[in-house]
Amino acid sequence: MAAPVSVHLEFGGGAELLFDGVKEHHVTLPSQPEPWGMRQLLVWIQRNLLKERPELFVQGDSVRPGILVLINDADWELMGELDYQLQDQDNVVFISTLHGG
Amino acid sequence: MCEMQRGAGSSSDPCRRPVLQVRRTWEAEAPPRGLSVRNRSARADCVLLFVRSCFRDYFTHKFRAMLGKTRLIFPGEKVLLAISGGPSSSAMLSQVQQGLSQSAQKKLRFLPAIVHIDEGGALGLSLVERQRLVSELQVIFRASGFNFYTIPLEQVLDLPSSVVNVAPPSFDQAPDSYKAAVDVDLQGAGRDPQQGGGVPEPRLDESQTRSLQQLLGSAATLTARAELLSTLRQHLLVHTARTRGYSKLLLGESCSRLAVRLLTCVSLGRGAHLAQDTGFSDCRFGDVTLVRPMREFSAKEIAVYNHMFGVPTVIIPTLDTKMPEKASIQRLSQSFVSRLQQDFPSTVSTIYRTSEKLQTAGGGCSAQDGRCLLCVCSVDTAAGKASALQARLISEQLCCQEPAGTVQVGPTPPAGQCCSATDGECGRPAGGAGCCSSHFRAPEKKELQKLLCYSCQLILRDMSSVAHLPQYIVAEAERRKRRSLMKDEISEFLLEEEGSS
Repeated sequence: MAAPVSVHLEFGGGAELLFDGVKEHHVTLPSQPEPWGMRQLLVWIQRNLLKERPELFVQGDSVRPGILVLINDADWELMGELDYQLQDQDNVVFISTLHGG
Repeated sequence: MCEMQRGAGSSSDPCRRPVLQVRRTWEAEAPPRGLSVRNRSARADCVLLFVRSCFRDYFTHKFRAMLGKTRLIFPGEKVLLAISGGPSSSAMLSQVQQGLSQSAQKKLRFLPAIVHIDEGGALGLSLVERQRLVSELQVIFRASGFNFYTIPLEQVLDLPSSVVNVAPPSFDQAPDSYKAAVDVDLQGAGRDPQQGGGVPEPRLDESQTRSLQQLLGSAATLTARAELLSTLRQHLLVHTARTRGYSKLLLGESCSRLAVRLLTCVSLGRGAHLAQDTGFSDCRFGDVTLVRPMREFSAKEIAVYNHMFGVPTVIIPTLDTKMPEKASIQRLSQSFVSRLQQDFPSTVSTIYRTSEKLQTAGGGCSAQDGRCLLCVCSVDTAAGKASALQARLISEQLCCQEPAGTVQVGPTPPAGQCCSATDGECGRPAGGAGCCSSHFRAPEKKELQKLLCYSCQLILRDMSSVAHLPQYIVAEAERRKRRSLMKDEISEFLLEEEGSS
């Protein structure tokens, strides 16, 4: 059983509009048999935090194209994208790059 | 594919840990110095890994190089920054702020001011919400120390008709005079520091908001509405720049935005004006040049820069926020490009490179007449008899004809005639003077169509009624019609210019 993992989530660039305008969320993911990875985190976010229009945030397994994900201030492509295993006190930021200006 | 590593060192050292991955396509030109290249080829798709400090330098250098290389903005020139509050324009503002505060050698040398157009009325936001967003922005503007203007979009209804006309540039902008101007500036006395501050904005009038909403509501499709909104915004920005003496208008459109814009323009029938809509500089208005310094930055780079270096942004909803994918052409192009970019990371930079190679034939910044009434680009509908446009117009005429009546397959009358003798549809007595005497007559869609370029004609076609068009557009349409009638009357006596169309 994996211990509960607490992560700090941030939404920016317009993505917060799908979460009732709340930009920062401090969440504790419940313990479960498999370790928490990005895949499970996305499912969890969709179930518990996403307030409307899920298709604007997730697409299939991953985030919608155009949403940039930073894990601990580094591009998630460098961390393995969906295969990254979450650790306690990780900081995950979702920035929408489509709502430009 | 070759891969470049910028000596990032071991990932255990937090300052040297790579934080961003960017894919770039280079053709023929050499990649930036300092990066080791494993496999040189004429064309390479490369992956750049950045550490935090290098990223900041890269970003700043690219911005300054863009402005310096093109030598468009002269020292001491008054420049207006169009800031919407979104990520790209906020990054542009932050770069300009940094650039002006550097040591004398490399610093930016122009005099910036900020303008923000409050479009809340067009989007149906409440007054309270609009004031909240504007005051958030004003906090950011005040912190920059520049003069700023926040103007509600409703002001566009009060513009003079001169805004859609080309005016001659106010001072010599030849490339050779740039070097001389820089030398003078380096030697000369320091400029007086600007007193940053806002200009008090005019009070919002409910009826104007309603008129604006009616105008936008008369566009049946979201595509037409979005194009109309951006045209009105552009007019208001240019008017602000003109009346306050700014000769350059900096827009914050990023590379990704412009790639989407390019595809959208082609879909909307604006292919003839691609160079002006997506190029670095756009001189269609003559005295005010639109410049796009953020053109080389992808949306991802801007987002990371803003996040890492704490650039404040205010997200304001737009017409297509939370709209489904197929709601408009703009939206569809955007999802197409971003989805393609996911699997083929060089999509955006390839489209961008294509747009760089575009130029307007015959120079984009010529003649006064023959300009579209809305977008001020050249009217491209004077097509020859064998063109695709002509074929489309003929089949449209055929479809609209009554079966018993005579079929007119002649070419469309030349632009400017308000009622030709053969076309009895307007129902007024034929005779030029009678039709054009009334100054406040509501314009006919058909007459307006002749003064527009192809894509603006399509926008007009999507509008259910032209009764809500702002007064300045209607007045200008009248003026051009009268001019062209007059020109026809005296055409026999005019000396033809050599080589005119």
